[in-house]
Amino acid sequence: MQLQLSELHQFEAGGNPFVYLVPSGGIFALDDLSRRTIEVLKQRPREAVDLLEELVAGGAGREQARNCIEELVATRALEPAGGRQAAVDEAPAAFPLQTLVINLTNQCNLSCQYCYEFGEDKVATPEGKPKFMEFETAKQSVDFLFAEAGSRKQVHITFFGGETLMNFPLLKRIVDYSRQEAAQRGVAIDYSLTTNATLLRPEIIEYLSENAIGVTVSMDGPKELNDQLRVFANGKGSYDIIVPKVKELLRQHRTRPIAARVTLTSGVRDVIGIFRHLKEEIGFHEVGFAPVTTSPNRLYAIGEKGLDDVLAQFEQLAYEYRDYALRGELHGFSNVSDTLSELHQGISKSHPCGAGLGLLGVGPSGDISPCHRFVDSDTHKLGHVSEGLDREKQQEFLKHGHIHAKYDCHSCWARPLCAGGCYHEAFVRYGDTGHANLHYCDWIRGWTDLCLRIYGEIATQNPGFLKHFDQRKAA
Amino acid sequence: MRHIKAINQKARRIDDLLSGTEGDIEGLQQSGGAERPHYPMGCSIVFSPGWEVDSSGGTAGLCQPVERDLYDCYISCYWPAQVPDHLNNYPEWTSKCAAATKDWRNIDLVFP
Repeated sequence: MQLQLSELHQFEAGGNPFVYLVPSGGIFALDDLSRRTIEVLKQRPREAVDLLEELVAGGAGREQARNCIEELVATRALEPAGGRQAAVDEAPAAFPLQTLVINLTNQCNLSCQYCYEFGEDKVATPEGKPKFMEFETAKQSVDFLFAEAGSRKQVHITFFGGETLMNFPLLKRIVDYSRQEAAQRGVAIDYSLTTNATLLRPEIIEYLSENAIGVTVSMDGPKELNDQLRVFANGKGSYDIIVPKVKELLRQHRTRPIAARVTLTSGVRDVIGIFRHLKEEIGFHEVGFAPVTTSPNRLYAIGEKGLDDVLAQFEQLAYEYRDYALRGELHGFSNVSDTLSELHQGISKSHPCGAGLGLLGVGPSGDISPCHRFVDSDTHKLGHVSEGLDREKQQEFLKHGHIHAKYDCHSCWARPLCAGGCYHEAFVRYGDTGHANLHYCDWIRGWTDLCLRIYGEIATQNPGFLKHFDQRKAA
Repeated sequence: MRHIKAINQKARRIDDLLSGTEGDIEGLQQSGGAERPHYPMGCSIVFSPGWEVDSSGGTAGLCQPVERDLYDCYISCYWPAQVPDHLNNYPEWTSKCAAATKDWRNIDLVFP
């Protein structure tokens, strides 16, 4: 039998060798012999007998070498030459819904220039549709969630906008109604929202805390950075208005960790400065970053060089995270914890995210979309909450987004986590939700490798810390 | 596993899955390749009860038919067994049996 290396990614952490197996997502530590076996096969495939002889000639005991080869074959780090197996199964025909993102309104009191809902690359077609969701639609949305959740014992509602808090009265009614429904069905339910923080008031904060509603604040850092693009319609920056409100939120909301979510653009790339400001000076528990979604020619788009610069800063913060983790402390750079969590579970994705599967978005009109980013877009509509999901359209969307359909990804070792990347990003860039996001492949591989090394170090030096990741996060 | 160690949850699941299949009856499997020393099935140099006699002392309920070891004991083994030996005394014993499934009737008794 001729043996060859399967798809795998080797990495070192703390001086020790590891492999990340593709597509299973398994992470294994190697000893000297298994590392040597992989090195030998890296040159070219070998007959199993020849491989064994080569290892024995290199000083390994015969039985030892045989065991080692057997273990590597059994875990599919090695495979018969030419015998590669199809990796990921098809998506199940019906997948129980876990998270519903409800856009309470498509209106916003800020005019952030990069906004995907209003900016130059918007996919929404809100003309003639309601601007604020009615309670009747909200009720149907909640009923839809429970009906589609099947046998799930835990569901989740995320409130979104527009600016979510512009329709706070509806939010309260939804919480009341859905709690009641959840209790009747014996299902646990929890809530979160994203806000620009401009409309936070003490009584709202108290309500959010009392109801354990998770809060993410969209904010881009210190004043001079935040106010570049996060502005009111008259061009005035939002920083001075929101900071006292955010501080009040962090003081009074004690039931859930509060996160900041930063959008990086060509002029807002000082990742470390932003992190220090939001984490240490403002006091957020977690800070997460994402480069803006945009077509490449926009002024605020980050070029390739800019992305390298961002990754270098991510790396520095990630090592800081590692040092915290080795001491058993939480650092708060949520990009790392999100990736570590997926690596810890060994996730191998058929689709880049839960959109259209365990997660759906609902617009103010009641139209269903794959996620909040496609809300109000006629092109991407997957049904209406009063009529249910259009199964055919959903299957088409999922089939199109499946990793099998993305040939560019088939030779990439980072695909178990990436699976081609964000559908919305792909649509804005390439006009196709099923297109692989080729403009950030190097970034993804660099980032995944970095997080693997950090994971390896934590796993060998302070494995107890990984308990934080034992439970899979809700989508 | 001795040479690779499962680190994340998925790796542990792979490990559990594999340890569940380990310890299967290797003698029944045709894999192993030319490298592995060949032990005749049920030969007395490996401990595998159930070959010679069944639980009641007869041969009706054996885990293997006795014929399974005909060739093993005949050709490759030095140990005096219940079949003629190829090495010294009966080199022609199976000469009329080209395919055992078809010609097994041609293998006859011997009378030393």
